[in-house]
Amino acid sequence: MTTSPRTLLDKIWDAHAVVTREDGRTLLYVDRHLIHDGSRRAFEVLGERGLPVRRPDRTFGTPDHYVPTTSRTMAGIDDVDRRLMVEAITKNAVAHGIRIFDLDDPRQGIIHVVGPEQGLSQPGMVIVCGDSHTSTHGAMGALAFGIGASEVSHVLATQTLWQKKPKSMRIRIEGALGPGVVAKDVILAIIAKIGAGGAVGHAIEYAGSAIRGLSMEGRLTLCNMSIEAGARAGMVAPDDTTFAYLQGRPFAPTGKQWETALRLWRSLPSDESVGFDSEVTLDGAAIAPMVTWGTSPEDAAPITGCVPDPAAIADAERRAAAVKALDYMGLTPGAALAGIPVQRVFIGSCTNSRIEDLRLAARVADGRKVASSVHAMVVPGSGLVKRQAEAEGLDRIFKAAGFEWREAGCSMCVGMNGDLVAAGDRCASTSNRNFVGRQGKGARTHLVSPAMAAAAAVTGTFTDVRQLLKA
Amino acid sequence: MEAFQRLDAVAAPMPVPNVDTDQIIPARFLRKPRKEGYGQYLFHDLRFDDAGGEKPEFVLNRAPYRGARILVADKNFGCGSSREHAVYALWDYGFRAVIAPSFGDIFYENSFKNGFLPIILPIETAAALCRALEAKPGARMMVDLAAQEVIGSAGTRHRFDIDTFRKECLLRGIDELDFTLSHRSEIEAFERRQAQAVPWI
Repeated sequence: MTTSPRTLLDKIWDAHAVVTREDGRTLLYVDRHLIHDGSRRAFEVLGERGLPVRRPDRTFGTPDHYVPTTSRTMAGIDDVDRRLMVEAITKNAVAHGIRIFDLDDPRQGIIHVVGPEQGLSQPGMVIVCGDSHTSTHGAMGALAFGIGASEVSHVLATQTLWQKKPKSMRIRIEGALGPGVVAKDVILAIIAKIGAGGAVGHAIEYAGSAIRGLSMEGRLTLCNMSIEAGARAGMVAPDDTTFAYLQGRPFAPTGKQWETALRLWRSLPSDESVGFDSEVTLDGAAIAPMVTWGTSPEDAAPITGCVPDPAAIADAERRAAAVKALDYMGLTPGAALAGIPVQRVFIGSCTNSRIEDLRLAARVADGRKVASSVHAMVVPGSGLVKRQAEAEGLDRIFKAAGFEWREAGCSMCVGMNGDLVAAGDRCASTSNRNFVGRQGKGARTHLVSPAMAAAAAVTGTFTDVRQLLKA
Repeated sequence: MEAFQRLDAVAAPMPVPNVDTDQIIPARFLRKPRKEGYGQYLFHDLRFDDAGGEKPEFVLNRAPYRGARILVADKNFGCGSSREHAVYALWDYGFRAVIAPSFGDIFYENSFKNGFLPIILPIETAAALCRALEAKPGARMMVDLAAQEVIGSAGTRHRFDIDTFRKECLLRGIDELDFTLSHRSEIEAFERRQAQAVPWI
């Protein structure tokens, strides 16, 4: 019997199909269900229907969206509604026998940092979480996607989800990335090319030599922002980089099971001859450090470029959107991006708060000072990232430069915990969304890499970080 | 879940691409309990100024569109965060259907779970429907789910596609969970097989 060639997506899909209906919808089994402090509603629904959690042993969580970054205690949450959100995950976890890494646990952090860090996210798995950035975990060679509250309750009750198989898209980045150019720049360049809706209905597989050359941290950043191109999921085929990262992590298999797992994982990459529904290729060497200028992640340009002139945009709808975006952002068409002053710098979020991100930012900050006009902060992705950074002395570099050094959480990426950018202020942010009001009402967000964020902090303006790295 | 069959209602045009869920409902309102309702937060920062007053130019603040129950939007509507509150807010305000050339995938899924109908029509069609609504503010449109048809305010008829199962669920007002629970034996069989194949998970 010959089998037709399959993609990584096909292989994971086939291995998790519980029921396939004639209309093409599949009941997909979920290996890992990750929850956070926004999961309260889903548990309420479960309670209303009197249903138990089917697999508490497959469910893991940590509070991240509503946690303070200035303290590690419930008392540190001064807003009642926020405290109720954080308390809810603890109560629900206790009630249903779910393991969580609570506020006082050093393993607490952003769920999309904690999952891979604990070895919970593994190749070949189906991973879901009630958060759109669940696509992050695809970097491990998993099929991982965000779901809504109703779907969270469905997974809690059945450990499954009805899904229509997404179409497949392969994005190849060939060639070596230039110095100072990192995964964040790659994904912003991709979204600028294909658009914020460019991958709707698709699962992206990232491939090519530049992707193979990325560390796990880089791949996690890349897959994290797949959703910003509209993709359901983003993934990278597991390889030795993946296995080396996973080995020895608390929830990774050990001994004989590690060997069995490795054999399975090595069979997962897409078959050579398989076709994808769509293909996109970018030249890695041509990518420069990127910065967004508008209010959609697709509004990204190289730091060597300028704020676009809407008058030059042929499409009427895109032109109108650009006019509105520039008005909100307070930018002048044609102005050079380098040299635009910033008031805030945020280094953190599920996109860029891992140890490698902090090392990169610290390299830029080392021996320099945050500009007096700038308020800058670093929010590690987890308690363990924080601890590691402190062991390496990164905290001292940041503090000496004038950055605030905070506790782990989602923080200023979405501002749900109260870490907000003031109206009218311009923020160089390593997060994932520059939507209107995302970081606070009237806040002006520019998405950049950790290196570019640090460069903006120490110069007070957007600056091509390559100039600082040279020195 | 409320059944959706036929809807004859005022429609509001929103011809803006990439309306993200942060626009539909800003993050600061997500910690409010579901039972308090989210209609007042819908498009909050587009609808209201800093003092809480209505922005007169915003479509839903214009008299003819106030009772709108159908929204006609542009591509990639509902992109961004997975917050189901975006659907709750549209629903609580009174909307029951949204028409757009494409949707954020999670928003699209969330809609069906709440009896809210997202309809995909070609980009030119959605744009034409918007123009017709702008030409005649307060005009009504019709959505017939059984026939899978939209009738524009100018009388134009447009067929749309929808997954058969979702259509059934909406028409009958049932959600997927009961249906899935009826597959318990298949789920258990899968779990036994998986425990053998990947015992480390």
